[in-house]
Amino acid sequence: MRSAFRPLTRRGLLTGTLGSAALLAAGGTLAGCGTPGAQQTEAGCVSEDLSGTEKTLAFSNWPQYMDVDDDDESKRPTLDGFVSKTGIQVNYTEDVNDNNEFFGKVQNQLAACQSTGRDVMVLTDWMAARMIRLGWIQKLDKAKLPNVEANLLPSLRNRSFDAESQLAIPWQSGLAGLAYNGRVAKEIRTVDELLTRADLKGKVTALSEMRDTMGLLMMSNGHNPADFTASQFDDALNKLKRAVDSGQIRRFTGNDYAPDLAKGDIAACIGWSGDVVQLGFDDDQIKFVVPDSGVMLWSDNMLVPNRATHKANAEEVINYYYDPAVAAQLAAYVNYICPVQGAQAEMEKIDPELAANPLIFPDEAMLTTSRVFMALDEQQEREYEGKFQQVIGA
Amino acid sequence: MSALAHVPTASGQPVSPPPAARRGRHRLLPYLLLLPGAAWLFLFFAVPLVQLAAASLYDPTGSLSTGYALTWAFGNYPTALQAYWPQFGRSFLYAGIALVLALLMGYPLAYAIAQKAGRWKNLLLVCVIAPMFTSFLVRTLAWKTILSDNGWLVGLLRDVHLLGPDGRLLATPIAVVLGLTYNFLPFLVLPLYASLERLDYRLLEAASDLYASPLKTFRRVTLPLSMPGLIAGTLLFFIPATGDYINAELLGTPKEYMIGNVIDSAFLVRLDYPQGAALSFLLMSAILVVVFVYLRRAGTEEVL
Repeated sequence: MRSAFRPLTRRGLLTGTLGSAALLAAGGTLAGCGTPGAQQTEAGCVSEDLSGTEKTLAFSNWPQYMDVDDDDESKRPTLDGFVSKTGIQVNYTEDVNDNNEFFGKVQNQLAACQSTGRDVMVLTDWMAARMIRLGWIQKLDKAKLPNVEANLLPSLRNRSFDAESQLAIPWQSGLAGLAYNGRVAKEIRTVDELLTRADLKGKVTALSEMRDTMGLLMMSNGHNPADFTASQFDDALNKLKRAVDSGQIRRFTGNDYAPDLAKGDIAACIGWSGDVVQLGFDDDQIKFVVPDSGVMLWSDNMLVPNRATHKANAEEVINYYYDPAVAAQLAAYVNYICPVQGAQAEMEKIDPELAANPLIFPDEAMLTTSRVFMALDEQQEREYEGKFQQVIGA
Repeated sequence: MSALAHVPTASGQPVSPPPAARRGRHRLLPYLLLLPGAAWLFLFFAVPLVQLAAASLYDPTGSLSTGYALTWAFGNYPTALQAYWPQFGRSFLYAGIALVLALLMGYPLAYAIAQKAGRWKNLLLVCVIAPMFTSFLVRTLAWKTILSDNGWLVGLLRDVHLLGPDGRLLATPIAVVLGLTYNFLPFLVLPLYASLERLDYRLLEAASDLYASPLKTFRRVTLPLSMPGLIAGTLLFFIPATGDYINAELLGTPKEYMIGNVIDSAFLVRLDYPQGAALSFLLMSAILVVVFVYLRRAGTEEVL
């Protein structure tokens, strides 16, 4: 006798599931018709500033980007100084590990004009430029930032994405230039040497950060990365492509070139000054080179996102970190380029050796050859990034 | 695996039909048991999958700031494939080679643990599983040290002239394939072990009593009996290995990049959502086709 009910078989279940998934797919696609635009306006997404009543502040930063006490890792001297000076409790989170990843994290809220729960976040130039372009960043009140007005390094003013210095205030800056390991390679002076010298073949890496790698290449062609044309970009890209095709360039990297350079697996590379200073403490054969054609200057910037509810507190903390004494204390710990004028004099009191280090306090000559990559509009960003990714293989 | 499938037919013995009420409950029970899993699958698999499918058909001229309109742009698929077919082919090639290597190492390993290890069995099993307690990323980074240009392995290979004086392993296809093989090996070994462990040694004795050579015994008895484990292990190895991008990123160069690297950059760096979605779907369907063909050829009803 046939059973009164059909047993649930694996095949039946699978067919059923696939069938309902297909139905669902059809229904779902018809219902959801695309994604709305992410463009917002800074003025349209302001939340009431609760700083007057709430003495708190949510601060998102990169790991190891804040000084900690030598004896007690949980103490952050400059930040604790801010708390005791102003009474504002800082909720400090190290949740920025990668610009693109962080963008993915906050993109849905900011695109929908919602709060991210953050009052200050620190992101690199190009990401700051993108967010400013999308109208996601609040304009700061310059009257509340007298220290920034007085002490911001001149080369970091008038940047194309923030001409007035009131949207993105540099937290720390750095250079992208050349680096080599003196144990495995002879001294290197120019970008062209890096891309063609036979003894370096297969032992060279470049940065997967398009603006740093392409900026250096454009400068080696005599072009200005702060203001270039599409054909100048293509020239530099072809140069890069030749080096990739010939096997000269081994990989494109983020920070992960540092251990390889230290081990000597790579002999020379395009790298960041901050990493190389760190490596140099352990091994004096690892050297940073500012190519004669020029060096890229980048910054990580403090941004106040839309719907931040403690904007005045945020302005207070930004202003605090532009006090030269505070900036010197921070720079002594993080070893990046300090964007605050006057901090060098303060550093003399803390550590004269660091004060004399041109990779923390670059001299005038170095700063005049440095360039900040030009701000791209959305179309350009996609076109250039797409072409670059094609050459670096992804 | 199949406990659910047998619930309604219970013992298979002819029994008097249960009272209607009990039958009703019986009919619902398997579905009720399925409910938590099904709800999970629906929310975190089916819904995102539909969204991804829709995204793959968005107007490719849309952008983040203006938004994307669903224009049923099926052209996204050929465009994506045309631009990135080498990475596609490479994914299947590397995963395929890694699978063969893993089978050559994994089968004897699983057999030895299941049949020959005696009291060392549990210890050996722990050895297979233990590396999984460390993060995938850390294990891959460890391979960077092992294969390093100045490491002992490359030094040894240079000394015996298997590598030229400037030869290297890191940043070559070999490193990527080795990384894939290592990282996914446990997924192959564990199911294989499970099916080989149940292998009745008396069957092997019977085969040799009947004058079957060891090779023939393996081909006619051991291999067919281990087939479910072999198939499950192969799939568990091949599917994640094809979509992997960490090994290519850390151990390879741009010339070794696999399709996973491209999808990663489409979503996170280039912000080309339609293309990233189209590539994800292409990868998924290509893997499904390979799996279906494989299961047909392997001729098993067990898995489907």
